[in-house]
Amino acid sequence: MTTPTIDESREVEPPPSKKSRRAARIADAASVGWKLMVFKVIALGIIDALAIYAALVLIQSEQWVPAVVVLAITAVANWVYLSRGNLPAKYLIPGLVFLFVFQIFVAGYTAYIAFTNYGTGHNSTKESAINALMLSAQERVPDSPAYEVTILEQFGEYSFLVTDPDGEIELGGVDRPLEPVDGAEVEDGKAVGLRGYTALKFAQIVQNQKAIADMAVPLSDDPNDGSLRTPDGSVAYVYLSSLEYDEAADTMTDTETGTVYSDIGTGAFTAPDGTELMPGWQITVGFDNFVRAFTEESIRAPFFSVLIWTFVFAFLSVATCFALGLFLAIVFNDPRMKSKKYYRVIMILPYAFPGFLSALVWAGMMNQEFGFINVVLFGGADIPWLTNEWLAKISILLVNLWLGFPYMFLICTGALQAIPDDVQEAARVDGASAWQIFRRIKLPLLFVAVAPLLIASFAYNFNNFSLIYMLTGGGPRDVTADVNVGATDILITMVYKVAFVGSKADYGLASAFSIIIFVLVATISVIAFRRTKALEELN
Amino acid sequence: MKVNKRSIAALGAITAVSALTLVGCAGGGSNSGDDKASGGEITVWVDADRAAVLKDAAKEFTDDTGVKVKLVQKEFGEIRDQFVQQVPTGKGPDVAVGAHDWLGTLVTNGVVAPVELGDTKGDFEQVAIDAWSYDGKVYGVPYAIENIALVRNTDLVAEAPTSYDDMIAKGKAAGTEYAFLVGLDPEAADPYHLYPFQTSFGAPVFGTDAEGGYDPADLQIGNAGGQDFAKWLAAQGAKGTGVLNTNINGDLARENFVAGKAPFFLTGPWNVPAAEEAGLTLAVDPIPSAGGKPAQPFAGVQGFFLSSESENSLAATEFLVNYVGSEEVQTALYEVGGRTPALTAAYEAAVAKDPITAGFGAVGADAVPMPSIPEMGAVWEFWGVTETAVINGTGGDPVALWDKMTADIEAAIK
Repeated sequence: MTTPTIDESREVEPPPSKKSRRAARIADAASVGWKLMVFKVIALGIIDALAIYAALVLIQSEQWVPAVVVLAITAVANWVYLSRGNLPAKYLIPGLVFLFVFQIFVAGYTAYIAFTNYGTGHNSTKESAINALMLSAQERVPDSPAYEVTILEQFGEYSFLVTDPDGEIELGGVDRPLEPVDGAEVEDGKAVGLRGYTALKFAQIVQNQKAIADMAVPLSDDPNDGSLRTPDGSVAYVYLSSLEYDEAADTMTDTETGTVYSDIGTGAFTAPDGTELMPGWQITVGFDNFVRAFTEESIRAPFFSVLIWTFVFAFLSVATCFALGLFLAIVFNDPRMKSKKYYRVIMILPYAFPGFLSALVWAGMMNQEFGFINVVLFGGADIPWLTNEWLAKISILLVNLWLGFPYMFLICTGALQAIPDDVQEAARVDGASAWQIFRRIKLPLLFVAVAPLLIASFAYNFNNFSLIYMLTGGGPRDVTADVNVGATDILITMVYKVAFVGSKADYGLASAFSIIIFVLVATISVIAFRRTKALEELN
Repeated sequence: MKVNKRSIAALGAITAVSALTLVGCAGGGSNSGDDKASGGEITVWVDADRAAVLKDAAKEFTDDTGVKVKLVQKEFGEIRDQFVQQVPTGKGPDVAVGAHDWLGTLVTNGVVAPVELGDTKGDFEQVAIDAWSYDGKVYGVPYAIENIALVRNTDLVAEAPTSYDDMIAKGKAAGTEYAFLVGLDPEAADPYHLYPFQTSFGAPVFGTDAEGGYDPADLQIGNAGGQDFAKWLAAQGAKGTGVLNTNINGDLARENFVAGKAPFFLTGPWNVPAAEEAGLTLAVDPIPSAGGKPAQPFAGVQGFFLSSESENSLAATEFLVNYVGSEEVQTALYEVGGRTPALTAAYEAAVAKDPITAGFGAVGADAVPMPSIPEMGAVWEFWGVTETAVINGTGGDPVALWDKMTADIEAAIK
C-alpha cells in the first residue's frame, strides 16, 4: 500500500537527486510498520531455512534438479519480498507456488509418465532391476547342509570361518575358496575365533551388513559347486546362481539352459524368442501408450459405446440435477413458503453424506430380491435395478440425481436471491405472466451466474469414477462379450479396468488415457465457455 | 534488486532466523546419524492389529542385538502398492507385512528379496510355505493361514454332512428358511467361496509345474470337470434348486445365519465372532464335496517379507526368521488375529485349545494357496461374471458359457 506513494513522489521529482532518494528511503522506512517488518523477517527466515534444509537433504540423495528448483523458487521469493515494488508479485507468489506444485507439476508428471512404460514389472531403474534379479537368482542347492559361520576381519577384509556339518573347520573369503585351518577356538562345536583375525560381534556385523550379505565364498575352485552366503551372519548355506550378469555385454545368462537375455531397448532383458526376465525397468516409450489406447482390441471394441454413454451420463446428470435443483430453489424462494430454513437443511443432507458411502447404501437398497426399493416400495416386486443393462443406467442416473441436486439447489438459490426484485416487478407491471418472467428474465440472468458451474459439473461427472465403481462396478456385463467392460462403464472406469487388471498396473497407459480424457473435457469446456461469454454479452 | 540499508538489515535478520531454524533441523538429523553408528535400525511396516505384538518382539530383538526396530503403522490394504512405489526410491521399509497373493506383483516389480528360512522351513505348515513360494523360492515368513470352511449351527443339525447332497438334505430336514448359505454378489457371484465346489469336480484354475508352483500355461479351469461344475452350478441356481442365490450377498448371508435361518454357512473365521455373540453353538466342518473329489478351498497366507533394496538385510532376516518365526510371536499373532498360525508348533497349540480354530485348521491343511501369479488377474476378470450368468441362467447353455470364459481367459493371459 505504501509503495505507490513513493512511486508518486518519484514522479513528482523527475531528476532523482541524492537527497530525494534519501528522502524516499526515509519515507519508505517510516511508512512500513516495524511489526510487519519483524513478521516478514521471521517468516522469510523460516522459509529460507526449510528450503536450505530441503536442498541439503536433496543434494545428499543426489536429487539435483529438485534441489535447484527449491533454491531458485526461494531466491525468487526472497527477492520479491525484500525488494521495493513488485506489488502484484507479492500477492501472487504463494498462489503461483501452489499452482506449480499441485497443478502444473502433477499435470506435467502425468504427461511424462504417459510416455514411459511405468507399471508392474517396470517400476524402477535398470540398476535395481539387476539387483533384484541377482537376489532372486540365488538358489540354495537342494538338500545342502547348513554351515555354522563366524565372520572374521583382518586388515579390513572379511572372511568366513566355517564349521561344516562334519565338524571340520575351514576359512575362506571372496575369491578365496574354503581351505581347512588349524588352531581355531572352538565353543560348543562351533569355531568362533582364529589367531590374527578379529571375530565380529552381531552389532559389528549389522554395521557392515551390506558388505557381508553381498559376500559369496566359493566352496571350491570349481564355481559349479556353488558358494556360501549368509543371510543372518551366523549360518551360511550353499547357493548357486541361476543367472549370470555380464556387465561388459550387458546380458543376463541363464546358467541352466544357457539362454542369453539381452537389453534390446524394451525395458527388460529379453531372450531371442521374446521371453522377458521380470523385473524390467522404466524407459521412455514415445507414443506407444497413445497408439495402444487407440488400437488395442480390449479398448477399441467397446470404445464408442462407452464414449457415447459417458456423454449421455454426464449430460443427463447435469440436466436432471439442475432441473430438480432449480425447481426446488424456485419453490423455496417463494415468499409464501413457510419454515424454509428447515426444509433447506433436509434438502442439503444428501450433499453432506460422502458420495461413495451413499453409492454403497444405494447398491444395497437396489438389491433385486432383498433391497428396500423392491421389498418395501414396490411390495415385493422383482425389478433388476442393477443387473439389467438399461435399468442399471437409469439407476445410476437416479442415484446421481439424489447425490447431485442439493448442490444445484444451493447455487440456484444463491443466484435467484441475487436477481434484483425490481426487475421482476417491472416485468409484472408490464403485464408479464409468471412463466414469462421466469423464462425471459430469471432464467437468462441465472444462466450468466451458473453456466460456468454447469460446465464444471459436466466435467466432474464425465470422470465420476466413484459413483460408477461403487454402485455397479461398471456392470452388468454381457458375458458373451470378449472384454471386461459393462453397460454402465464410463471412460474413466474402463481405463481403470484396462490399465489395472488384477494385480497388474500399467501407469503409462493410464496416464496416456488421462491425457486423452483431459483433451476431450477441455475441448468441450472451452467451446461451452465461449458460448457463455456470448450469453453474458446478450445481457 | 535495489539494495538499501533496510533490506541489508532484513537480510541479516533472515540469515539469523534461518541459521537458528537450521540448527533445529540439523539437531534432529545428527541424532539419527548417531543411531546408525550404534547398531543400526530396521524399519517394519505393519498394520494396527499386528503392531502391538511386534512391539514386544521388537523390544526383545533390540535387547538381544542392539539393533533398533522402527514400527510404522499402515493400513493393511495399502501396504502392497506403497511398498511397490517406495522401495525403488530408497524410502521403503526393510520388512513389511502382507498377504501371499501380493507376491506376483512384488516379485515382478523386483521389490522383494527371498528369505532363507534355512532349516526352520520344515517347522511351518506346508501350505503356508507353498503359498509364500514363487518360482521355487520362499519370499516371506508366514504367520497366519486363512481359509473358509463349513460352519454349522449345532442346534439345528447335530451331525456333519458327508456330501453336498447330504448337507442340503439335512438342511431341508432342519426346516429353516434356507438349507445352506453362502455369500455371493449379484454382479460377480463369488469364485472364492464357490471354489471348493469347483475343485470337488477336479477343476483347479491352474495346473502346477515341476517346482509345485502354479503354471500359467496350464489352464485347468475349462477341463471336463469345469464343464461338469458349470452344469452343477446351473442346477443349483435360479432355474434349478435355487440354493445358490446371487442376491444374497455376504452381509445378508451372515445376518440370516446369525438369525438362525440356516444350519449351514460356508464362510471364514471372520464371521464366527458375530455368530458366537448371538449365542449360537457352532461346529466347523470340512466342506462337503459336490463332485466326488476333495473340496479344497483357497488358502490365503499372511506373512512378513523383506525388501530387495534393504540396507539392513542381515538384521532384517535375523528379525524375521528368529523372532517373527518364533512360537511365542506366532501364538501372540494368532491371539490378536484369530487366524490359524502358520508355525506348526503354534498351530498345534492353538488347535488343541480351540475347536473352531481346529476346524478351520483341518480344512486349511487340505487347502490350496490362492494363485499369486499375475495371470490370476485375468482369471478374476471373467470368472465371477460367468458364474453369475450360469447361476441365474441368463446366458444360455452353462457349458457353452464356461467354454467361452475359458477362451476369454486364455486370450487375456496371452
